[in-house]
Amino acid sequence: MRLRWFPLLLAGALCLALLFLTLPIAAIFLQVGPGELIDRLGDPQATDALRLSLITSGIALVLILVVGTPAAYLIATRRFRGRSVVITAIELPLVLPPAVAGIGLLAAFGPSGLLGGAIEDAGVRLVFETAGVVVALTFVASPFYLRQAQAAFEAVDPTWLQASRTLGSGEARTFARVAIPAAMPGLAAGTALAWGRALGEFGATLVFAGSFQGITQTAPLAIVELFGSDFTAALALSAVLVAVSAALLLSVKLVIGRGAGSRATEPILDASR
Amino acid sequence: MLRAELTGTLGELELDTRLDVPDARCLALLGPSGAGKSSVLRMIAGLVRPRRGRVECGNHVWLDTDTGVELAPERRRCGYVFQDYALFGHMSAWRNVAYAQRRLPRARRHRAAVELLDRFGVGRLADARPATLSGGERQRVALARTLASNPSALLLDEPLSALDVSTRAKATRALLELLGDAAVPTVLVTHDFDEAAAIADEVAVIEDGRIVQRGSAEELSARPVSAFVADLTGAVVLGGVAVRRPDGLTEIALEGGGTALSTDAGEGRVAISVHPWEITLEPGAATIDTSARNHLRGRVSSVRPVGNRLRVAVEAGQPLVAEVTADARDQLGLEPGRKVVASWKATATRIVAAGD
Repeated sequence: MRLRWFPLLLAGALCLALLFLTLPIAAIFLQVGPGELIDRLGDPQATDALRLSLITSGIALVLILVVGTPAAYLIATRRFRGRSVVITAIELPLVLPPAVAGIGLLAAFGPSGLLGGAIEDAGVRLVFETAGVVVALTFVASPFYLRQAQAAFEAVDPTWLQASRTLGSGEARTFARVAIPAAMPGLAAGTALAWGRALGEFGATLVFAGSFQGITQTAPLAIVELFGSDFTAALALSAVLVAVSAALLLSVKLVIGRGAGSRATEPILDASR
Repeated sequence: MLRAELTGTLGELELDTRLDVPDARCLALLGPSGAGKSSVLRMIAGLVRPRRGRVECGNHVWLDTDTGVELAPERRRCGYVFQDYALFGHMSAWRNVAYAQRRLPRARRHRAAVELLDRFGVGRLADARPATLSGGERQRVALARTLASNPSALLLDEPLSALDVSTRAKATRALLELLGDAAVPTVLVTHDFDEAAAIADEVAVIEDGRIVQRGSAEELSARPVSAFVADLTGAVVLGGVAVRRPDGLTEIALEGGGTALSTDAGEGRVAISVHPWEITLEPGAATIDTSARNHLRGRVSSVRPVGNRLRVAVEAGQPLVAEVTADARDQLGLEPGRKVVASWKATATRIVAAGD
């Protein structure tokens, strides 16, 4: 009997990939018992870091949505000179190493940076401050949202937008009532991707804002610091981050599944996270 | 009255179109795809700006590139019925209609929307999403939505092309109802002569961005000015070279062999046009003995039902089409490969300008 080797090869490759990808995540939960995990979360450093992570990433997300949504709509619905340059410029931070992003932020907004004087005159301090964390997260995470939102708006049937105009609605109402709801699954996916990226942000924050407990030390920074002294605490905090990230991924899938009737394209979950 | 004068370049095409439509009348712009028909509609609606042009409706100037007047689409309020209806997929049918009723107080919109849907026979589908509706239902929701916007003109972009043949008659009635209710100037764009004839009062044939003939559907069908127009009206068009005979008839030596006579005058390279229902078919072996002067021998290449009759395509040097009944097909055994003689009268043969 001839062995059907190719299907076996495919299955073997999938098993290997699955094992490799899930083992470290499973290990976080298996290494320490659930009781001890919860216990360790009472540690003030861990709670401070988690709270700070949620607050800063939340603020960054609001900024990204408020500015990014109309910006992405413009890029998606208009053809103008230099459009591809604009798109490339927006995508550039995606491939930037996080530490380089942090250096860049310092060079731009740091005390001796390009806009450092102006920012100081305005009475705002960013470096080693919580506001600096928000800036770093916004910088690193916004391209994820912008790219996804642009694709989502481009997938909206242009005749819907035209129909809205001929039915007596101006551009603003068309944007709010037709374009955004029609692009919602893609926008939601972009939001989740950007949020996930912001929650996991490490390098740019460390370089630009530092790692001070309760002020700039977000969960990933706290994990690295705890890792040196208290491995179990680092594990516990990691477990929480895994849970939040998994919840994000799941909610994206749910939203996309619910919005299947709309015309937005299925977003591609990005591998660069 | 809606008037439009539009010039501009659309890719390869030089658009130069002038049209005027009185209130409560419907003008069809008939042309093949790529002739610039849809662009004309978009320019009237304000969705596309022509390089140069003027559009006015009633006493309002919508566009005048000379004086810099350009109203936004939402201020022109054209009732634009898109080819695939462009219903908003994230809204139910009644919300689609209510979207156009911003002048009504919020509390009254639902009732008003359902009433409009009822008028087009789809009131029971008020809560349905467009994705769950059939093509015909979608069309009627779109028509209700268009009427809800209280349009100052109607622009219909191939409004029946998304529907299958069985729902077209019903959809046509719904369209005529919309036209009657709105009572505004209407421009219909289509590549289908039958659609134009069924809905419009007048038909303007557009070729390469220009209107080449305008008249009632009957006039176009009876007296097409060119092979292009004749072809659009569904006539059989055959190319050839015409010579005047002493007896006053014109003899046309057809490309691909054979000759034909016409009572029309013509000289040189021309085309003749004959309606498919004027052409009779006889078995290939029969002796020809009728008053019809024109006979071409050929083979049946296909037989296709259209409504209550059959369109029989015949390869006779040039392709032609005859319309016959199912009875005739059965009696003559008309099927692909069968040898036939196609005959028609010289008096039914129109001479028109040759195409390119």
